[in-house]
Amino acid sequence: MNTNFLKSLATIPLLLSALVAETGRASWDVSSNIDLTTRIFTEDTRWQGQDDTTTQLSIAGTVEARYRGEASRASIIPYLRYDETDDERSLADLKEAYWAKEGEAFELLIGFNTVFWGVTESVHLVDIINQTDAVADIDGEDKLGQPMINLELQRDWGLVSAYVMPYFRERTFAGKDGRLRIPLPVDTDNPQYESSDEENHVDLALRYSHYFGSIDIGLSAFSGTSREARLLPNADGSELIPFYDQIDQLGLDLQYTGDAWLWKLEAIARETQNDSFNAVVGGFEYTFYQVADSAADVGVLLEFQYDGRDDEEPVTLADNDLFAGIRLAFNDTQDTAVLAGVGYDLDTSETYINIEADRRLGDDYVLELRARLFTNAEPADTSYAIENDDYLQLQLSRYF
Amino acid sequence: MNPKINTSFAIALAFGIVFAAPVAANTPAEKGFEVAARSDRTDLGFGDSRVELQMILQNAAGQQSTRSLKIATLEKPDESVGDKSLVLFDTPRDIEGTALLSHAKILDPDDQWLYLPALKRVKRIASSNKSGPFVGSEFAFEDFTSIELNKFDYKYLGTETYGEFQTDVLERQPRYENSGYSKQISWVDQDVFQLRKVEFYDRRGDLLKVLKLEDYRQYDNGVWRAHKLIMENVQTNKKTDLVYQDYAFNVGISDKDFVKGRLSRLR
Repeated sequence: MNTNFLKSLATIPLLLSALVAETGRASWDVSSNIDLTTRIFTEDTRWQGQDDTTTQLSIAGTVEARYRGEASRASIIPYLRYDETDDERSLADLKEAYWAKEGEAFELLIGFNTVFWGVTESVHLVDIINQTDAVADIDGEDKLGQPMINLELQRDWGLVSAYVMPYFRERTFAGKDGRLRIPLPVDTDNPQYESSDEENHVDLALRYSHYFGSIDIGLSAFSGTSREARLLPNADGSELIPFYDQIDQLGLDLQYTGDAWLWKLEAIARETQNDSFNAVVGGFEYTFYQVADSAADVGVLLEFQYDGRDDEEPVTLADNDLFAGIRLAFNDTQDTAVLAGVGYDLDTSETYINIEADRRLGDDYVLELRARLFTNAEPADTSYAIENDDYLQLQLSRYF
Repeated sequence: MNPKINTSFAIALAFGIVFAAPVAANTPAEKGFEVAARSDRTDLGFGDSRVELQMILQNAAGQQSTRSLKIATLEKPDESVGDKSLVLFDTPRDIEGTALLSHAKILDPDDQWLYLPALKRVKRIASSNKSGPFVGSEFAFEDFTSIELNKFDYKYLGTETYGEFQTDVLERQPRYENSGYSKQISWVDQDVFQLRKVEFYDRRGDLLKVLKLEDYRQYDNGVWRAHKLIMENVQTNKKTDLVYQDYAFNVGISDKDFVKGRLSRLR
């Protein structure tokens, strides 16, 4: 269980009292969902201590309570996950818990929130506000709620968003029992920070976003604790300690939309105490609509990933890679959709195969399938650690 | 992972669509346009509107599923500029909060952004997919987005009795690219100039779909709206009904409510 985080739950009563004061005639909308997930691993474990059962079960629940008033809105979204095999995959989180005041052309938001920046599909370089819930899914798209004060100003010439983030959320890592980890377990109870303020360092971010004709643009700046951790051996070499550097980062995201083409680019420039480097991901998605006289659309995606960081920095898989994918949208009543992709490292030939499929069952259930395979990794390669962790995941979600 | 709702869509689920009546004109094309324009203009000046509706999808075997959505529309009085619209889904629950923002154009592709609440992600989407089904329904994107008067060329075909109505019959052909239709034939009553029925012909020229517009009501501002739209695909025997609640007009929304930066803050 992520205990540090529980401390920050103490802010909830404050938030609630602000809400009650504000709302008076409350009109809350509450919904929820439960996810039952099973992962089936097809190969033996590679590292000492990993549980060798081939089936990993987990259950997660989310409650969404949202309030909308005349000039304010609020939300409370707790999330709980229990994993049968890996304690470090069990989690209590607040995805959202905020109160926001709306004005004519601004909004001031205080509390936990989740924010997404960016345009590309295979890597999310620019997206930096929220910590990644890395054990939830290796695609990096699951996030932890970030405490913040956020001011947004909407003008004719675009949206300006400023963030003050007074508390840092640590990344999640698989536990000793768990699959999808590096050779040594990560000691998440003893993280280290470059800043003497540790997790209480106040991070700042600013973003501008707008569109000009067919081009959507985002410019962002971040200064604060890196969401990525370097992993350093502890004194006796039995575990790894997450070390969070202070970084300054500039980000750019661009998309051109024309006919059936989406051209996408994300780029960052990051400065750390050891290094300064750039990273970029860019490519396109082209969609063939109503193929073969059916209702289905087929999209073709190609993205190139480059990352110039040195070995001192947190590890990335997307350093010089190509990602190619196919997206199928059946456009049926059940919203059946499939995304299949291959990531290929141009230096090492490491290959990552990813298949995602979703379908609604009836009105209230969604079935998701994920298949993830790692191949072609040599012992010196980044993905060698997880090469034996190919898995098939089935998830049934019930919505209330 | 990817958009549950796949692409464009827009404006005028909120309209019920509108059209025509008899006028003096020389050629069938001129008369067709004048009839269409007359009908269209009975609807101008509503300013802005909000409405909630149910979309009831039925397959050939008769199985039904329902979606509920809210639509806000901002009228652009200038006929050379398209309206703005915002569609917000309430059900099915797994796509609750999904929103589609459209800035309609007349002949150029619309500007459209989709909001995916699971990732809190705003995606600019390509709007060239005119003929694709909207959220699995029998309505194509262009059935909603392409109701602007100047998106079509018209031809007057004559008069006909349709049900209880004496109607003018018009043919219209899309002027915009990527339409799934070779032509549409519409029936417009001669009493209050509202659209009562439309036949859609596919690119091969075969009858594809029939739309019936029912339960018209006139609001205090003089504007008429159909409150039940029934779209039947005669080739697949699938059907989609749109059932509207009461419209609210002049609800105080403006351009700033139709910007992409608002999409993550709708709820």
